[in-house]
Amino acid sequence: MSTTTIGAIVRGDREVFPPYLYSAYRSTVKRAPSQPLVDVPLTITELTGPGAVISAVMTEDADLTRNAGTGGEAIGQRVIVTGRVMDEHGRPVPHTLLEIWQANAAGRYIHRNDQWPGPLDPNFLGIGRCLTDANGDYRFLTIRPGAYPWKNHPNAWRPAHIHFSLLGPSWVSRLVTQMYFPDDPLHARDPIFAAVPEAARSRLIAAYDHDVTEAEWALGWRWDIVLHGPRATPFEAPTAATTDGQGARSAPGAPGVDGTTGSEVGG
Amino acid sequence: MTEPKTEAAHGHAGGARARPDGLTPSQTVGPFFLDGLLRPDTRRNVLVVPETSGVRIRIEGRVLDGDGAPVPDALIEVWQADADGHYCQPDDASVIPGNVPVFIGFGRAGTDNAGTFWFETIKPGAVPYDGDSTQAPHIGVIVGARGLLNHLVTRLYFADEPANERDPVLARVPAERRGTLLGRPGAAEGQAVYRWDIILHGVGETVFFNV
Repeated sequence: MSTTTIGAIVRGDREVFPPYLYSAYRSTVKRAPSQPLVDVPLTITELTGPGAVISAVMTEDADLTRNAGTGGEAIGQRVIVTGRVMDEHGRPVPHTLLEIWQANAAGRYIHRNDQWPGPLDPNFLGIGRCLTDANGDYRFLTIRPGAYPWKNHPNAWRPAHIHFSLLGPSWVSRLVTQMYFPDDPLHARDPIFAAVPEAARSRLIAAYDHDVTEAEWALGWRWDIVLHGPRATPFEAPTAATTDGQGARSAPGAPGVDGTTGSEVGG
Repeated sequence: MTEPKTEAAHGHAGGARARPDGLTPSQTVGPFFLDGLLRPDTRRNVLVVPETSGVRIRIEGRVLDGDGAPVPDALIEVWQADADGHYCQPDDASVIPGNVPVFIGFGRAGTDNAGTFWFETIKPGAVPYDGDSTQAPHIGVIVGARGLLNHLVTRLYFADEPANERDPVLARVPAERRGTLLGRPGAAEGQAVYRWDIILHGVGETVFFNV
């Protein structure tokens, strides 16, 4: 892969979160901020959030193999994707909304802008959602997505992945990410995955779990998700904040000052 | 189909797991979030219902990249207090299934081909800071897009709001860049409109926060 410019501007822990500028992923170049992020205190605005009230989630929404409303079943390897949503202290995040979207088994999205000649599956929308239960656990039934080509560089292919969006308990918990499958030779060639600091990349990869696999039905994958908690310290009750000033600024994942200096590294 | 296994069947029931290694890294929302995140009940340009109290405002703007080109595939989310400066919380008695509150304060929209987004909402009240002090009325804003490996966090303030002078968050922003957070008041068809562009990169770049 050609030389990649990695920007110094990162929101949150730079050992965990990808930089805004990662030039091997070309779309970052004109969209990454060039000015340092401003450190501000966490206030009631950041320490509250909308919770799960934004939609009426139904059980069927978590079954992507049948939620197209056609009466038919999606083509592909049936998989169960399950795990726990936790904060950084390991405490479950209950009743939070997960929204997912993915390509079909052939690697094609239903989105109008995905026009590569992979087949569409009339029985697969590729969208799903659920709430975590009281233990913070979620569970989807879907089909394993295919890899798909994109135009970032010649012969570019994204490794199979499922997009996840979580609101979490507060504005600082918001996370949009992607889950990958292990042992995919495309990981090393994918600048979106590779933009994550190496030590944290494995956190995006689900683990095969035979205890989740159901006989003559579906293969099981386990993927836990860790969100920034709503409070800076581990033992405060997660009630709605009334006031919160600069004392909360010690929260993990929100360190120091960003610089603007990029560095050239091979990548 | 066999019965789904319970969590207890394989030893993950209840309780905390081992302390996790750390936070899950972010990834871009990509170009294909439309169907997943902007469904009929999760596309929330309109935050108000007829019963919502407060001054109606429209927020309108564009998302622009480093060339000044519109960003047609951005996701914008907003989070704000009601007219009294109260944030709707899930444990509020008013927020129970089947009892939709008259104002949640959460909005979600995509940009169109011109990079334009809009919300119909109310002007939020001042919200608490610490002690007896307050923050100027503002709206929390998150921006996601193809090419943003992590979402951006910013705030919209109101240019005609005297309380901006004493706002503890604006005070942290270099004075010459504060204007990038101010929605400019106007009116259209008798309704108050605040215009606010989000510039991701380059000249006039919007201030983004490390939170």
